Amino acid sequence: MTESLGKYTFRIFRYDPERSARPRRDTFEMEVSRGMTVLDCLQAIKAEQDGTLTFRRSCRSAICGSCAMNINGKNDLACHLQVALLRGRRIAVEPLPGYPVIRDLVVCMDEFYDSLMRVLPWFVRKTGFPDRELPQSPADRDRIDNAVNCILCGSCTSSCPSFWYNNRSIGPGALLKAFRFIFDSRDEARGERLALVDGRDGVWRCRTVYNCEEACPKGLRPNEAIAALKIAALKETV
Amino acid sequence: MLHRYDTVIVGAGLAGMRAAVEAQAGGSCCVLTKVFPTRSHSGAAQGGIAAALGNEDEDDWTLHMFDTVKGSDYLGDQDAIEILVRAAPDAIIGLEHMGTPFSRTPAGRIAQREFGGHTRKRACYAADLTGHVILHTLYEQCLRHAVRFFPEFMVLALAIEEGACAGVVALDIATGELHTFRARAVILATGGYGRAFRISSNAHANTGDGLSVAARAGLPLEDMEFVQYHPTGLFPSGILVTEGARGEGGHILNGAGERLMERYAPKMMELAPRDVTSRAIQSEINEGRGIGGGAFVHLDIRHLGAEKIMKRLPQILDLALRFAGVDALREPIPIQPTAHYSMGGIPTDNDGRVRRDAAGAVVPGLYACGECACVSVHGANRLGCNSLLEAVVFGERAGRAACADLPRLGWAAFPPAAEAGVRGDLAALADGQGREPFARIRDDLQEGMQRNCGIFRSEGPLREQLDIIRRLKERFAAARLTDRGRRFNTELVEMIELRSLLDFSEIVVAGALARTESRGAHYRTDYPRRNDADWLRHSLAWTGPEGPVFDHVPVRITRYEPKERKY
Repeated sequence: MTESLGKYTFRIFRYDPERSARPRRDTFEMEVSRGMTVLDCLQAIKAEQDGTLTFRRSCRSAICGSCAMNINGKNDLACHLQVALLRGRRIAVEPLPGYPVIRDLVVCMDEFYDSLMRVLPWFVRKTGFPDRELPQSPADRDRIDNAVNCILCGSCTSSCPSFWYNNRSIGPGALLKAFRFIFDSRDEARGERLALVDGRDGVWRCRTVYNCEEACPKGLRPNEAIAALKIAALKETV
Repeated sequence: MLHRYDTVIVGAGLAGMRAAVEAQAGGSCCVLTKVFPTRSHSGAAQGGIAAALGNEDEDDWTLHMFDTVKGSDYLGDQDAIEILVRAAPDAIIGLEHMGTPFSRTPAGRIAQREFGGHTRKRACYAADLTGHVILHTLYEQCLRHAVRFFPEFMVLALAIEEGACAGVVALDIATGELHTFRARAVILATGGYGRAFRISSNAHANTGDGLSVAARAGLPLEDMEFVQYHPTGLFPSGILVTEGARGEGGHILNGAGERLMERYAPKMMELAPRDVTSRAIQSEINEGRGIGGGAFVHLDIRHLGAEKIMKRLPQILDLALRFAGVDALREPIPIQPTAHYSMGGIPTDNDGRVRRDAAGAVVPGLYACGECACVSVHGANRLGCNSLLEAVVFGERAGRAACADLPRLGWAAFPPAAEAGVRGDLAALADGQGREPFARIRDDLQEGMQRNCGIFRSEGPLREQLDIIRRLKERFAAARLTDRGRRFNTELVEMIELRSLLDFSEIVVAGALARTESRGAHYRTDYPRRNDADWLRHSLAWTGPEGPVFDHVPVRITRYEPKERKY
């Protein structure tokens, strides 16, 4: 059998406006064994202790982005975080900050999804297509590698003080998407996109706090993408 | 609430969103999806998407076709396979022109790698995140075409009136409200059902809801006994470790440190198809040759070198570390076979139109594509990289067929009782008189399916599993919902999902019991040979009051006569 790590206490944010307008924290104790992730624990609590505990989850392999939440003060994916690696035996689980809460750990991410729409979030080609694939060198492909690996979990924008202060701020998640196209050697809307991110709600709203770098569960560094966008905007827009 | 769209698509993975891009051009269209589109499980596909582009090896579609036919253990319908492989190169180029960031060859072409059962470098890839980048690209295209999404809407019933599809009834998970969608065309693209098994590579969402909805509407399901086990699920969770790891040259080692495939597929070794490789690994484990005699073996990629691993398999490196605590640069990765893919599904013709009987009559206004459909291009065993391809090619064809059919499709009368019927169902689900938490019923189903209907099957355990499922259905009828709220009630969602799992698991097991031969992924230890005389045919199964009822359809053979299958 798998090795037991002993008892852990989960202190979980609860909010159900159908029952009460006030949020609360509930405490659950459970026996954790080695190999269990925070998501495994939430599932076990829901199955065995409280069926009303509400959270999103799907792939359980850190690629769908559903289970982004704030765990011991850091935004992360519950599914890929081993309990054994966390400090202490009390684990605080909260919804992603900065988004309205629908219920418990489920947040409304409309603001995040809407922010994507402000950077022309699709591939643009104006000069037409060859019969075959558009050529792209491995080095050119590498430039956008980090950005195309983004899973849209929303952790970065959720951690950004500029977004907290002003939700019209485009935010690091959508700016990473802008980077993905602006630095794609095949795309032909670089100028339009740079103009879109050059405004006061775009890259200049970034105050280099770098929370996004720490918050990204995939290690993608939206802050570096924003820095590259700032330089491009300074050089290329009037 | 009532909505009207010419075309309603259910599911927003590769198949659903590819269909949406197509259907959007032909009329009003919306996509209902249980999870937000980019959370769909297509995104977890890692290794590649197959097409005879010939960027790295000489290749052409006839070779791809033969590999696929042989891989299917000759159960695939060859006219459909020909459509798939001939459309493949254009489909990939189409995805690239939408912006899909494929990995590149030094010459700037789409890079291709080896994959199980394919005799050429045919898997177009983006590192080990191929499904992810295509899913996001298709989502971007849907945004570009202003496709209307209803995210976190779960379909509960298909409305069929006088034999024609009139729309669907769905639950808005966030509010708990029921919505009726009237439509001239409905396209089901709801994916697979790997969650019926304890060890599975599948997302929690993969509960075969579309199959259940179709079966409940009185439609048949095809070839449900064929369940693919992926050879390399991470131990112990079962999450996917891409076949691309072997495509790049990884080895599978048993407890004695031997490349175990030498005994089972001496020619293709680790690149044998998944059915062969999974059986090999499970045999080694069963015979005590797992690592330390345990229930896993090793996938060793260390000899590929750090640079290649970090470049081409970065996700595997991350998953091995986070989920198994293994540094794959320095240690072998513990792996086990894991339930992965359903070859069977809702029977369709080659344009996604849903077939209602063995004669091939279609249901006007109803389409299916992707993993939930059975065209059948995968027959008894799917080759890796052919599922993303199927989703894209047949998603496009289903979308296009729906558009083309619209002028002929009226607004079928919507059965007035449909929404009330669903409401009654939900109330009955919620109000069982028992005290058992339904999660325990789900655990018992998954455990039983794993034990009795897994890689090696035989009559006794299959019969036992049928009994287990019948008892589980009784327990389920008594189970009680503890969450009585309307707002984002995930317990209700999980309960409806469990009902789906119970619905079609019975068909999977009954189909496996009925098919007294071994073919592809379906292996009967009491009937270890393929039997073309009796079983070179597809199964169709309907849900009946006394259990599943079967009929059969011949396999369409156009180019390659069945031969013995050796790798």
